[in-house]
Amino acid sequence: MNASATHTSAAAPHHYTTLGIDNRKVAIWAFIGSECMLFVSLISTYLIYKGRSVVGPLPHETWTDPATGRVFTPILNIPVTSASTFVLLMSSLFMVLALAAVQNKELPKRNRSERILGSSRLWLWMTAVAGATFLGFQAYEFTSFVHEGLTIRTNLFGSSFFTLTGFHGAHVTAGVLWLVTLLAIDYRRGLGSRDSLLVDIAALYWHFVDVIWIVIFTLVYLIK
Amino acid sequence: MATIARPAPAHAADSYGEQSGIWAWLTTVDHKRIGILYLYTALFFFMFGGLEAVIIRAQLGAPNQRLVSAEFYNQLFTMHGTTMIFLAIMPLSAAFFNFLIPLQIGARDVAFPRLNAFSYWVYLFGGIFITVPIIFAVAPNAGWFGYAPLTIKQYSPGINIDFWVIGLQILGVSSLAAAFNFLTTIINLRAPGMTLMRMPMFTWMAFIVQILLVLAFPVITIALVFLLFDRFFGTNFYNTVSAGADPLLWQHLFWIFGHPEVYILILPAFGLVSEVLPTYSKKPLFGYPVMVYSGILIAALGFGVWAHHMFAVGMGPIADTFFGLTTMLIAIPTGVKIFNWIATMAQGAIRYTTAMLFGISLVALFTIGGISGIMHASPPADLQQTDTYFIVAHFHYVLFGGSIMGIFAGIYHYFPKIMGRLMDEKLGKVHFWLTFIAMNLTFFPMHLTGMLGMPRRIYTYDTGQGWDLLNAMSTAGALIFPIAMMIFIYNFFVSRKRGEIAGANPWGAGTLEWTIPSPPPEYNFATIPTVTSRYPIWEGKEVDHEAARINAQEGKTAADLGIVMPYSTIKPLFVAAGMMIMFCGLISSRALIGIGALIMVFSLYSWLLSPLEPEHD
Repeated sequence: MNASATHTSAAAPHHYTTLGIDNRKVAIWAFIGSECMLFVSLISTYLIYKGRSVVGPLPHETWTDPATGRVFTPILNIPVTSASTFVLLMSSLFMVLALAAVQNKELPKRNRSERILGSSRLWLWMTAVAGATFLGFQAYEFTSFVHEGLTIRTNLFGSSFFTLTGFHGAHVTAGVLWLVTLLAIDYRRGLGSRDSLLVDIAALYWHFVDVIWIVIFTLVYLIK
Repeated sequence: MATIARPAPAHAADSYGEQSGIWAWLTTVDHKRIGILYLYTALFFFMFGGLEAVIIRAQLGAPNQRLVSAEFYNQLFTMHGTTMIFLAIMPLSAAFFNFLIPLQIGARDVAFPRLNAFSYWVYLFGGIFITVPIIFAVAPNAGWFGYAPLTIKQYSPGINIDFWVIGLQILGVSSLAAAFNFLTTIINLRAPGMTLMRMPMFTWMAFIVQILLVLAFPVITIALVFLLFDRFFGTNFYNTVSAGADPLLWQHLFWIFGHPEVYILILPAFGLVSEVLPTYSKKPLFGYPVMVYSGILIAALGFGVWAHHMFAVGMGPIADTFFGLTTMLIAIPTGVKIFNWIATMAQGAIRYTTAMLFGISLVALFTIGGISGIMHASPPADLQQTDTYFIVAHFHYVLFGGSIMGIFAGIYHYFPKIMGRLMDEKLGKVHFWLTFIAMNLTFFPMHLTGMLGMPRRIYTYDTGQGWDLLNAMSTAGALIFPIAMMIFIYNFFVSRKRGEIAGANPWGAGTLEWTIPSPPPEYNFATIPTVTSRYPIWEGKEVDHEAARINAQEGKTAADLGIVMPYSTIKPLFVAAGMMIMFCGLISSRALIGIGALIMVFSLYSWLLSPLEPEHD
């Protein structure tokens, strides 16, 4: 190695990476791998406890309380949750558009539709609002369940359901806060293509949280 | 490149980089300093856990003793296990991960220096949190495995288990953060030419351990969340009494984490001896690729054997057969490693240094522990042995004879690199022989007491069962450990100040970390070397001579060389402290949760929005 090589490596020590991609991108994938095991544990527990609750209310079955004779109808509201699922899935689309907008920030915008597509603020807002809407649906679902007599203490279904979906909701909340932080940066100094990575890793996380919801929606709500 | 004797550098003994003093250590983001912090802290906890073991052995030294109460005895064995696993062996491994990984792969630091500091502080706070209760005799008391439903509020109403659940949760955060960091470092910060199959074996084993950590820790996180919710919010996950919960749920979740955890504990030691044995045999590691593959295989199979901890619960013949078979299969890659180490030593020019003695003793003692492990891989045999001292003998042979012996080999081998001075070899050998004798005297008789039917976790026993002499032997052995440790600690601190100056490569080792001064400058490598072989120093014809010359220079600061170093920062410590206050709030007051969360979020944002290092173009 000669002097010029020394100079190069000394001047840019943190730019050289073995794979040529940023460390943060490698780390977020490792993090997502870890999160998979987290949700696998939660979902497995839910499935193991499915049908083992000794009292109601139950997710897909009607249950009559032998003591009071009160009838509890199946508690899961599939049409409402389908709507919130749709909103969350759309948020992934908005996220893709937000990332594209940031990556192409410096490209000239020739007409109105290109300006709309190229607005990182618009799409980040849309993603965050869609995420928040999903959380609103979840808050509604949780409170209505409590009114119908299902709490986290009621039975095995209540414990595993609220913990699983609550953990997912907490992940969406963290994602919304992340998006709002990106928005704050965008308003303060403007996100440009040099910031793509910041949005990219947020998007990976967001899509992951979405994918997990698809699994939860299928296994918890759709399969009886 | 031969070892070059050089004059003592002015900073050899006591300084890292330019700064010193408490503030420099609180704000450090240097992987070498963080490694040293891990080393000191983990050695402290190792001695604390050892003290607990000595009290346990004193209590069991003779039949019908009442040195401690049955209740306190429960706390002692619970905290001995918890301390040794989570506060001693794992962080001792983390000390080596920190210090060695960047040096072995030719990097200037880990991928996320501030996250690294955060991991350490969380570990320190979590360690204190889980250790302090035993001083007030309110320590966790349900075993290191904390079996639910025994640990739910109904059966363990005290605050003891709360400390355990929350403490382990905190330590999990530390381990996971460190794992993401090291994983990224190994994947992405290798010097040019440092292909995966040229990585030193320690880094390879560290790589595998990080993958195990990333995949296994979330499972215990969830198991602990369930327990936490059961205890604090009245959920039913482990409520077998009225809610119909499955009494095996905890056991499955715990051991899906717990068995990979066994390899998390042993593989770093395997990596260390894979550096030690070749160095003192003057031979490259025998069968390097097979060593890599067997490590990967051990880790992969390690996820498919968890229920061999549960043969006694009656899972039925099919599950028993499956888990018995997979457990026996693990013996194959492990045996391959043992034979490869022996082949590495065969016909080598062996030097019996202290590090080598510890290294060889790992090969011998781990084999004994491995063989007793194969015995209870068979369910019928296990049903006789489970919950007896035979099991205690088995896992102390693999954890003490394996992990601890390997870690001591690593400490003696790398002390000169870390401190710049050599440890005293005479005292080192006294330490080794005392440890070796104590280890066998303590744990070998446990095979026999176990075979004679002595159950684990009993605080005393009656005379006339043939256990008295064997227990007295174990206790005698256990009393030797403190003497051995005092010699080690004396040697450690005296050598640190007054040991012989080591020079860059005192042992004539072959890997990259020995090409730079001891202790390494804060930037590690003045120029990033290009790697062309597994042992760049030994295979001199290929060595990157110019880089080696530049890297061997001493006394140059980062500023002299124009190397940009990350800023020191207190923020990771603040985030860790905020998290800690939040968790403390769970067992004291809700206000603390809010205050802790505020500190954490504020410091975290402040950390994320401030640059790692000065701008450069």
